Amino acid sequence: MNLEYENSFEIQGGNFQEAGDISVFIKKKLQNLGVAREILRRVAIAVYESEINIISYASKGIIHISISPESVVIDAEDEGPGIENIELAMRAGYSTATDKIREMGFGAGMGIPNIMNCSDKFTITSELNKGTHLTIIINISNNDAEKNR
Amino acid sequence: MNVSSIVEKLNLKIACGREKLSQNVTGGYVGDLLSDVMANSREGYLWITRQTHQNIVAVASLKELAGIILVQGKEPESDTLEKAAAEGIPILITELPAFDIAGKLYDIVS
Repeated sequence: MNLEYENSFEIQGGNFQEAGDISVFIKKKLQNLGVAREILRRVAIAVYESEINIISYASKGIIHISISPESVVIDAEDEGPGIENIELAMRAGYSTATDKIREMGFGAGMGIPNIMNCSDKFTITSELNKGTHLTIIINISNNDAEKNR
Repeated sequence: MNVSSIVEKLNLKIACGREKLSQNVTGGYVGDLLSDVMANSREGYLWITRQTHQNIVAVASLKELAGIILVQGKEPESDTLEKAAAEGIPILITELPAFDIAGKLYDIVS
């Protein structure tokens, strides 16, 4: 299997109309490439939550995905307010979402924890008033990367 | 049991996806928080919610859910219907509140 794919997707902040479009596209792409279902599931969740984060908080962002036989690497980089306290943002239930975002069923403080649960390696860097950068690595070939969720 | 039989048994109204009712239903999940449903629903589940906006479709599509049940007679918004039709996600409507419809679904699926 020739498993190589790379693409970048631009996202506009506040554009809830298109939220999920990138993750749906990527999932279908990976499905066509023959990626295993459990990997698909984890990539879909990680990209979806990254999309929602950028749309909810940033002015714009880019999600870059690159796939090799070994791993899926997702970079989600935005221009936005940044995260004041990364440790808090990584904690389940913590959120700075507005009421509008919460009414839609987002902003429950589950986004980053969901991403972490789906990642084999996760790094987050953020600079106030500049933006946030997530790097998510999901192993394809590594057996001990098996996760139950 | 497939979605079609459940539609009949629970007297659900079909808002869209009439041609996609053959998927086998493996369980259900109740929730209005999208990240919760993303994290905890499984392929083949029916998702019971009161969220009617278009973002529910991507969640159902990504998780390969069997369909979405809107509670208390809530109608999906028009852009939700458009997306659901494009993605082939059945949207069903019940007049019952979430607790009641979840109980009935649990009885026939589990």
